Amino acid sequence: MSKFFVFVTGLIAALLPGMAAAQEASGLDARINAIFADYTGWYVSFIFAPLPGTSFSWIALWLVVGALVFTVYFGAIQFKGFVHSIRLVKGDYSDPNDAGEVSHFQALATALSGTVGLGNIAGVAVAVSIGGPGATFWMVVAGLFGMATKFTECTLGVKYRNEYPDGSVSGGPMYYITKGFKERGLPLGGFMAVMFSIFTILGALGGGNMFQANQAHAQISGVVGDYPGWITGVVLALVTFAVIAGGLKSIARVTEKVVPFMGIFYVLVSILILIINYDQIAWAFGQIFVGAFTGLGVVGGFTGALIQGFRRAAFSNEAGIGSAAIAHSAVRTKEPVTEGYVALLEPFIDTVVICTMTALVIVISGVLNFDPETGLYIWNAELGRIATEGDVGGVALTSAAYAQAFSWFPVLLMVAVVLFAFSTMISWSYYGLKAWTYLFGEGAMKELVFKIIFCLFIVIGAAASLGPVIDFSDAMLFSMAIVNIIALYFLMPIVRRELNSYVSRLKSGEIVKFKQ
Amino acid sequence: MNRAQALSDDTQQKQHRDIAMSKTTFVVGLDGSEAGARALAFAKDRAKAVGDCTIVICYVIEWSPFSFQTPEENEKRHQRREQEIAMARERVLDPALERAATEGFDVVGIVRHGDAADILESLARERGAKQIIIGRVGTRGLKSRIFGGVAGRLVATASVPVTIIP
Repeated sequence: MSKFFVFVTGLIAALLPGMAAAQEASGLDARINAIFADYTGWYVSFIFAPLPGTSFSWIALWLVVGALVFTVYFGAIQFKGFVHSIRLVKGDYSDPNDAGEVSHFQALATALSGTVGLGNIAGVAVAVSIGGPGATFWMVVAGLFGMATKFTECTLGVKYRNEYPDGSVSGGPMYYITKGFKERGLPLGGFMAVMFSIFTILGALGGGNMFQANQAHAQISGVVGDYPGWITGVVLALVTFAVIAGGLKSIARVTEKVVPFMGIFYVLVSILILIINYDQIAWAFGQIFVGAFTGLGVVGGFTGALIQGFRRAAFSNEAGIGSAAIAHSAVRTKEPVTEGYVALLEPFIDTVVICTMTALVIVISGVLNFDPETGLYIWNAELGRIATEGDVGGVALTSAAYAQAFSWFPVLLMVAVVLFAFSTMISWSYYGLKAWTYLFGEGAMKELVFKIIFCLFIVIGAAASLGPVIDFSDAMLFSMAIVNIIALYFLMPIVRRELNSYVSRLKSGEIVKFKQ
Repeated sequence: MNRAQALSDDTQQKQHRDIAMSKTTFVVGLDGSEAGARALAFAKDRAKAVGDCTIVICYVIEWSPFSFQTPEENEKRHQRREQEIAMARERVLDPALERAATEGFDVVGIVRHGDAADILESLARERGAKQIIIGRVGTRGLKSRIFGGVAGRLVATASVPVTIIP
């Protein structure tokens, strides 16, 4: 521990002057931004380029088409297998002799704490305020299809994971791409796995780290008043470093326990608000359905709603990105398909349940300005979204909607956002580390280097307003999806073979239920 | 404990199930505490009185499949589990087994992960045990106040008589 503290004090001493200077001279921010934008801007524009004649980015279409293909290819596994998924999570098929190993529930909960976060709170507000209530409908549709993508990637994650002599495991797209491609005699597996790993490391530093730190600081300073971002950054970095490198398991354990309860509490509060306003639920669903096909006054009408909904679902549940396959591969099971079944619940919980709750509360709360005479929402052309009370958007809009019912909600939301951001960072530090060790090999020193880099980026993310850097890291997340989904197309026959074999053994009674 | 030992436990289990038909079996919960030791001492007394008797000593490592873990903990879980089992055997179970064996008792040792009340009950069923003997632990945590302690839950659900040693 003492070594750790020496390191930490050194880290602070090295960082503070730099960070303070960055705060004072916002010119430095601007310079970094400009240089970074010059070199990476073209790539970001390429990833988020809209399809000709629309504002729909091709990358969102890429994810949705993938989800549709997997849904058809596996015969709507997310609907047919839903009940079986829940039985697996309950442990009905878990061998009692494996008690003490990672259960299906634990693998699912760990993966979920990496995805449930800002997307469910801030992202939904963005979607609903730009795409109108109808965006919710398309978000749910995309979430339902995304379940098939998760099924595919997580089955492969378990099937092709590495199991080491000491019993620890490593899995994820980089492993199934190399091993799966080799098995099918396909070329370029090694190259794709390396590309995926590079994208994962950069995505982990950006979307899984800087963006989270940045938003956590924004949320705290929004409630307690403005103060320098590096303070939040250093605190978050220290706590994160203590957890991922210092072995302070207790903090991790506390977060891992508190985050699910925050999630459950968030859903319960949402349901409570819906119950209080029960007379408006039918109206809200009406708005969502009508809005889905007409737009109800938003710019772009039907397509405006569709684009926002699809986009939000894709950004929120990470289906097709490949990150979940890393988290799910630690489970103890002899049947890789079972983890696929379990993983398909993830987009359901994340998008279909939690995102929908946020959307319903925003619609019912009346924070979106509505003209009863025309039955349309009032468009604020200047901000490019539906006019709201106080012209707020993002987290602030969600906060305002919930505050209509409970005035204490913004404080709770602040705690929730910080905890969600923290747990997402812990998860992504792990995903990044797995990609790092895939590239550079395992070893305490090599791993420590990555962990230090990761924590430095937390400080940078919280302290600076590095728009282009964050855009670039978002682009990296979606680059992961390009490589991953191409690989899934090539490997899906293997998954189908696994699935058919599993289903037939389930029917024949070869796979037994341990709990009756 | 390694796989081989686990397997030998399994075969032992089967052998003992056959023997259990003719023999009286007691299941004793051991947790390294004084109360556990008292429970074992009581079981030995009973076994002497009964004569032809097997004492199944079980150490339960509290664990729930519904707890929350970090990705890193999941990765190392298998390793940790082996360590937990080895430690339970080394520190608590093996010394107790050795002593009981030298005293001339027929004893079997088992380590399992899970909920103590559930495990002891299912073990009693598996082995056709005549009774379960546990020590009463004096701690009164919030959790046991709400959900009841191991003893309380065991008494409420057990299929065989339960003896609780104060």
